[in-house]
This record gives sequence, C-alpha cells and structure tokens, in this order.
Amino acid sequence: MTTTAIHSAAHRAAHPERLLEPDWAEITAITPETEDISTFWLRFDGAAVQERYRYQPGQFNMLYLPGYGEAAISISSDPHNPQRLVGHTIRFVGNVTRAISRLKAGDRLGMRGPFGVPWPMHAIEGKDVVIASGGIGLAPLRPAIYHILHNRERYSKVILVYGARTPRDLLYSNEYDSWRKADIDVQITVDRADETWSGRVGVVPMWFYHFRVDPRKTALLTCGPEIMIRFVVFEALARRIPTDQIYVSLERNMKCGQGACGHCQLGPYFICKDGPVFPFSALERYFNVEEF
Amino acid sequence: MIERHLAIDSAVSLPKNELDAVLSDLRQHGYQTVGPRLKDEGLVYAGIETLDDLPRGVISEQAAGTFRLVQAGQERYFDIIPGGQSWKQFLFPPRVTLFTARKNGHWRIESDGEPAPRYALIGVRACELAAIEIQDRAFMRADYCDPIYSARHRNLFIVAVNCLQPAGTCFCVSMGTGPRAERGYDLCLTELDDVFLVEIGSELGRSLLAKRSFEPASAFLQNAANQGLEQAAQQMGRRLDTSDLPDLLTKNLEAERWEQVGKRCLSCANCTLVCPTCFCWDTTDHTDLLGKITRRERVWDSCFNPSYSYVAGGNTRQAIRSRYRQWLTHKLGTWKEQYGTPGCVGCGRCITWCPAGIDLTEEIAALREEVKA
Repeated sequence: MTTTAIHSAAHRAAHPERLLEPDWAEITAITPETEDISTFWLRFDGAAVQERYRYQPGQFNMLYLPGYGEAAISISSDPHNPQRLVGHTIRFVGNVTRAISRLKAGDRLGMRGPFGVPWPMHAIEGKDVVIASGGIGLAPLRPAIYHILHNRERYSKVILVYGARTPRDLLYSNEYDSWRKADIDVQITVDRADETWSGRVGVVPMWFYHFRVDPRKTALLTCGPEIMIRFVVFEALARRIPTDQIYVSLERNMKCGQGACGHCQLGPYFICKDGPVFPFSALERYFNVEEF
Repeated sequence: MIERHLAIDSAVSLPKNELDAVLSDLRQHGYQTVGPRLKDEGLVYAGIETLDDLPRGVISEQAAGTFRLVQAGQERYFDIIPGGQSWKQFLFPPRVTLFTARKNGHWRIESDGEPAPRYALIGVRACELAAIEIQDRAFMRADYCDPIYSARHRNLFIVAVNCLQPAGTCFCVSMGTGPRAERGYDLCLTELDDVFLVEIGSELGRSLLAKRSFEPASAFLQNAANQGLEQAAQQMGRRLDTSDLPDLLTKNLEAERWEQVGKRCLSCANCTLVCPTCFCWDTTDHTDLLGKITRRERVWDSCFNPSYSYVAGGNTRQAIRSRYRQWLTHKLGTWKEQYGTPGCVGCGRCITWCPAGIDLTEEIAALREEVKA
C-alpha cells in the first residue's frame, strides 16, 4: 500500500495544475481474447513517464479516449514483463470501451494511474492460495498469478478456479499449461459446454463443494461478477476461512480514481482508493445489504 | 489614532454605509464582491457593488417545500436567510472546463490558462462557513488536492454575518455550527439597528477596516449582539438529535422507513444541488463535429441520478429507496468515517427545496422510533 501511495503521488506531481489530465500512451499491440474482449498493450509516449511508471497486481488505470471519456480498467499484465508494456484486458460493453474496440495498433489513449490497493501478495506468503475468478474477473488476477510464478517458493499450494459462460469465453487459455507447469492447480469450469468441451461444467462456487482446506493457512483472492463473489465468499466462510484472509476485488462506477468524485462509494469506502481489493472483514456489514 | 487599538480578534462598531467603502476597496484589491440579491422573486448569490444591492428589509419564510420572500418592514440588510444557492458554486463550480484536447496527428492537451477568480463572499452564515470547512476536507486532503477548488480557496475573502433571524428549516444549533460565526472569516458582521459590530479575523480584514471610520465596540453593543445570538439559538425551526448517529443509520440499513421515504422521494436531486457540502461530480466531453477538438468538463453530479451508480450490467442502486438511503447514510453517517465530521451543517436547504417536502430531521426521528419499537 505504501508503494502505491508513493507512485500515485509521483504521477500527480507531474501534473499538479490540471485535474484529470492524462499522459498519452501508444497502443503497441492488441491481443484478441474472446469475441468481445481484447487485451490492449500500452506504452507511454513520454520516456520519463514510461520509466517512472510502476504498478502492482490488482491496480487499475483510467483510460481516456477524447470525445468519449474515461473508463477504469484493471491492469492484466505482468508488472515485470521485459518490455514494460502495460496490458489492459477490455470487454467492449460501454460507450468508452466500444469506442476503444475500434482503435488499432499505433493509435493513442490517455492513461492515468495506477490507482487502488493491490492484492496482498506479501501478506499471504507461506499460505495456500485459492484464486477464484469468473469471466473478465481473471484480468486483475493475472498479475497476481505472474507474481506467484516469479516467486513460487513463497507460497504453499496454489489453486486457480476459473469459470466462464462457455469455452469460447475463457480468457488466457493458452497460458494455463505454463501455469500448471509451475505447480499451480488450474481448475477450469464453464456454465455451458459445447461440442469441443470435455472439462468441468458448473459455476465457480460449486468447485468448493469438494474442497477440503486447512482454513488457518488458506488465503482466498476472488474477483468476478458480484453474484459469483457472493457465493464464493459464502462457500469460503462455510469452510471457516477467516474473513481477513478472504480478499475481494469490487467494481463500481469510477470517474476520478482518487476518492474525489464520489461515485464508487460503498458505505464509508471509496472503492477506487480504499479498494478495489478489500479483506472481506471490511465489507462484511454491507455486503448483503441489497442495492447498497 | 484609533488604528492602534485595531487587532485581529478585536471588534469595532462600524456605521453601515462604511461597508460600501470596504466593498469598493476589495474590488481595488482585485476581488469580485458577491453577495445575496433578489432575482426572479428568489434569492441568489451574485455580484454586488454596494449595500443597495442587498435585499434590505426582506426576510425569507421557509418550511418543508416552501420558500417565500416577505417584506418585513425592517431596515436591516442581512435578515434574510439564504435561498437555494450556496457559496459552493464559487469554489466548486457547477460546470468547469478541465482542459481541451486537440487532434492534429496525435491528441494534445491545451491549457485554458485562466487564473482562478478572486471572490469576496459577502454575508456568509456560520453554517455556510462550516460547510466550506467540510468541503475543504473532501477537496484538499493530504493525498488529493483539487487544483480548481484549492486555487479558488486561496483567493477567498470572507465577510461572515451572524444570524439573528433563523428560518423555519434551520437547525445549526443541533449540528453545532451556528448561529455565531466562530472562525474562518476575514471580517464578521453582526447587524444591529444602526451599526455593524465587526469582528476582525485576518490581517487583510484588519487593514481594510483600519481605513474606515469606526468606533470601539461598546459593552452595550456587544451585549446587544450576544443577546440577539442567544435569542436566535432559541428560535431554530428544526431540531436534530445526533446522539445516536451514525450508528442509527449504518446499523439499520434494512429498516421499513427507507421504503416509506422512497415512495415520497422523486429522486430529483434538488437536495444534493442545494446542499452546501455535497461534493460529487461527473465528467463529460464536448466535441466538435469532426471529432478533433474535445472540451473536457467537470459537472456536479448527484447520488440521486440513475447513472450515478452505473456499471456495465446495470445500476447498483435502482430503487429510489436505495438512493435516498445512500444520501442520508452518507450525509449523517459514513461521512464521519471518511472526513471526521458529519456532512450536514443544519442549514435546512434540503428541507426547504424538496418538492415533496421530505425533512431529514423527521426521517431520522421516524427511523429512531421504528428501531425502538
């Protein structure tokens, strides 16, 4: 968290005078992931900005396309990738993201960030790590997986449970084998199978039915549709994983990334600055209140 | 000769017409002098030149969903209790350009380069001073300092006015913010029949006053002012028991009362617009037809707007009940966890300007009754 604060401050220091002014970044490549999801690889135009920019697993950027506006997008790349490109896996569902879908390599986007509290990669060292994720919720968790790959010896058992609606909606499927080779137990499930699918069918929380844990030494990281998170947390609590070892990444409307515009409030929290990653212990009292 | 006695925190007696010269001096110093004035049968904060621009002798009758100007037959300038506008528009403009982006090959950002305006706010009530302090905590945090707000704030000159005639929707006493202005001003007026009792709050205030013809404030005048303020404190139109806040709200999120008020609330956002502490904002882009020039603006937003909580897949708070609950639990509840103070100063605007006449003091009392039962 301290590192986050320092880097965000460094970014702001470069633009003390204008609110929401982005730095420009070039789209160096676009990786199609599914029918309506692609990963955009960005590099800042300014060498100094590119050099200074650091992020941690679970943080996000505000991407700006003039005329359309900004969207909060999780960083899905390896913080230590050699070319230092910043990857954003984007689903084309809103005004801004649909306009971004029409861009090509060589085009430019505005970028502000990184924002938010990252996954607690240090606090969970030595533990069994369960990563439960659905749909595009895997995007903010991929940097955490890369972190584990680089530091595999610091974690005990590591299990990834990932689900998507259909086999064609699975993200990063060409990477699962390399993750398995690094001793990550990759469990994939789909809501609806097709003729190509011989794997597991069912929603992510169902995987927990057969899961035996030592709750004291297990940490859970989860991100996905809020309904999935709800049931994953329910299953984790049923297995007595302590609420402060369950980490949830939440999504809300965000305009500023700095806890200023008010939109992303959940109770006392600004999800953009106090989250998006929270220990469940902090969310417990609000989590089951409808429409809060 | 008298100037020797003039010190910050001291008080003097100033003939009323001398205030015109203070206003004129402020303009000499580059300030735009703004204060209450009548417009379209309402009361707004706008440019004023002299005391003649003020709504002399007029008071405002206020109740839930009601604001009415009345000629009270008195000769005072500041008896009127403010209308729907608050001073927040001068620090946190309802619509402001952030930057312009121009595409010429690549996008580039142009600065509009306009310096922040210098406002002298004339007639700021104690509750409104408290509201500015509350917004300071949201806009000028250690980890985030809003450049627009802070630049305008640095340029402020504030002439406060002690409230002697509270309105029917006022409850500053309950919130501990008034009716007496305690700090945060350059000059503070208490308007008596013939003179202003002026307290000095800053060096600039002192130097402006030093040029005027004034007299030391007699014990008689000080007494009159104190008595007036004590009387005003007894005349609050509303009362809010804050003893069990914020828990009453944050621990009763599923109460029946939210349903009840949700049926009356129109989700019109009036309460958030008139509220002097509500700080939420949105951004919008305005482009030319070729898509080559974009002006990026910041505009006020409200937790009552359906789009406020929009994420891919829908709105987090679809029901009006949920939006009202968000507003009130924030205002009187979670605000304290965020900023160390409630987000309410007891000005009563949200009561007066609610077209459905919803009264938060009544809602809190009803919620308390329900929980007790």
